[in-house]
Amino acid sequence: MVENRPWLTVLSHAVLLAGVALIAFPLYITFVASTLTHQEILQVPMPLVPGGHLWENYSQVLTAGSHAGAAAPVGRMMLNSLVMALAIALGKIAISIIASFAIVYFRFPLRNFFFWMIFVTLMLPVEVRIIPTFKVVSDLGMLNSYVGLTLPLIASATATFLFRQFFLTVPDELAEAARIDGAGPMRFFRDVVLPLSKTSMAALFVIQFIYGWNQYLWPLLITTQESMYTAVIGIKRMITGGDALTEWNLVMATAMLALLPPAAVVVLMQRWFVKGLVETEK
Amino acid sequence: MEKRVVFRSAWLPYALLAPQIAVTLVFFFWPAAQAGWYSFQLQDAFGLRTEFVGLSNFAALFRDANYLYSFKVTALFSALVAVMADRVVRGALAYKTLLIWPYAVAPAVAGVLWAFLFAPSVGIVTYALRQAGYDWNWVLRGEQAMLLVVIASAWKQVSYNFLFFLAGLQSIPRSLIEAAAIDGAGPARRFWTVVFPLLSPTTFFLLVVNVVYAFFDTFGVIDATTQGGPAGSTQILVYKVYYDGVKAADLGGSSAQSVVLMLIVIALTVVQFRFVERKVQY
Repeated sequence: MVENRPWLTVLSHAVLLAGVALIAFPLYITFVASTLTHQEILQVPMPLVPGGHLWENYSQVLTAGSHAGAAAPVGRMMLNSLVMALAIALGKIAISIIASFAIVYFRFPLRNFFFWMIFVTLMLPVEVRIIPTFKVVSDLGMLNSYVGLTLPLIASATATFLFRQFFLTVPDELAEAARIDGAGPMRFFRDVVLPLSKTSMAALFVIQFIYGWNQYLWPLLITTQESMYTAVIGIKRMITGGDALTEWNLVMATAMLALLPPAAVVVLMQRWFVKGLVETEK
Repeated sequence: MEKRVVFRSAWLPYALLAPQIAVTLVFFFWPAAQAGWYSFQLQDAFGLRTEFVGLSNFAALFRDANYLYSFKVTALFSALVAVMADRVVRGALAYKTLLIWPYAVAPAVAGVLWAFLFAPSVGIVTYALRQAGYDWNWVLRGEQAMLLVVIASAWKQVSYNFLFFLAGLQSIPRSLIEAAAIDGAGPARRFWTVVFPLLSPTTFFLLVVNVVYAFFDTFGVIDATTQGGPAGSTQILVYKVYYDGVKAADLGGSSAQSVVLMLIVIALTVVQFRFVERKVQY
């Protein structure tokens, strides 16, 4: 701080605490609701301290789903979400790191053409071309499969650009030295480029994991079998319409389960998360 | 920017690029071309016959009052989200971990959390509002449904805006602020005359990002809460594309909307890129 003003420090802490409280309030209510019984939630106003049914609710949704809405176990959905998030994150990293290596470290005919082909995909999020993409995937017979769930979302240029920007900052002397020592391009890629890209890969992983886990529209279209639902879709299917009919305690338990893994990734890998966020937007 | 040192190989760069190009072609260019093609066609109710109708899908689109209305709703919504997300975070500096986790919450889950808080019969906030003498029922009232969707989306987007403002604030040279302090400017004055103008590139960037977010990522929030209702008051463009294409089976109309959406995204991307190139300061 530039000068010492105690009241200002107090004020900023008060503002921040209020901000944190506002941000955390829905989460707290969700947690409380997930520990109550259906009857306890229906009494207005609902209790504001956690009840004693935490274990019951969570094991109910994990193994059997809700009573009134969809009866698919959330445990299976969490697994689907995990597969989807990991496949998208790792798939994007793998595909784009080799593509950008080719674009940066080689000169070949049509190089710029390929570059622009990848570049234009930046402009069109999945939501825009959703119906035709759905048609293509169903023509290829990929509905209700992990491939159909993940592969179309891997086609994105963000990661390719991030790696390209990074490779351009790698000193030329390294490639020179590798060539003088007689290393071929793949040897150079494995021994120099990959180790150098570790932080970029970690940053990208955090961003893409969250992106994959939180996908909504695509799995909504592509999955018709309950065994292929992701956790985010599962919540939606549990809401039956009508406030009193929906088992909010089970819905809220599922919501907690669906938001904990990505939140944990963000909080635990905070450093790479911030780095990834700032760099993918450049 | 180009590398001075490059490798030479007749086939290797193509092999490295192949996976990304293949995925891009199948799941990006093919569907995009189909969207363009369908948007000129009219399909009968059973999908037996398609005829070429030229531009009439587009013409019908712009005559459709609902479509124009959803444009207006989207614009209003974006502005609201952007301004709210903006207002909430300015001034906060620490408490990072506590403030960034909502970024990891899926839009659909965020929608469910807030829908529960505001549920017409059991919601805790609804109860508080009733006690204060305010009649709250977003299931029936359009403007309240809109408010709910805006709050849920803004809540989720606050952490993102917060991180970028934080990065922007930290990149402001300390010496500038010290110089202002030595000249006798108080904290409020320093903020408005030094910090705020220097933050304008960040603010502008976030404005664009928030608009894009409101256009696309809020689909989950809306589908999980209001589903475009009541009476189309929260029907944004992406939701209409989904609804017309999937629920109403109007492939031509839905594709025409996709094409319009694509043009909007391209325009937004151009705005964003021009900004990144120039780093405007006002």
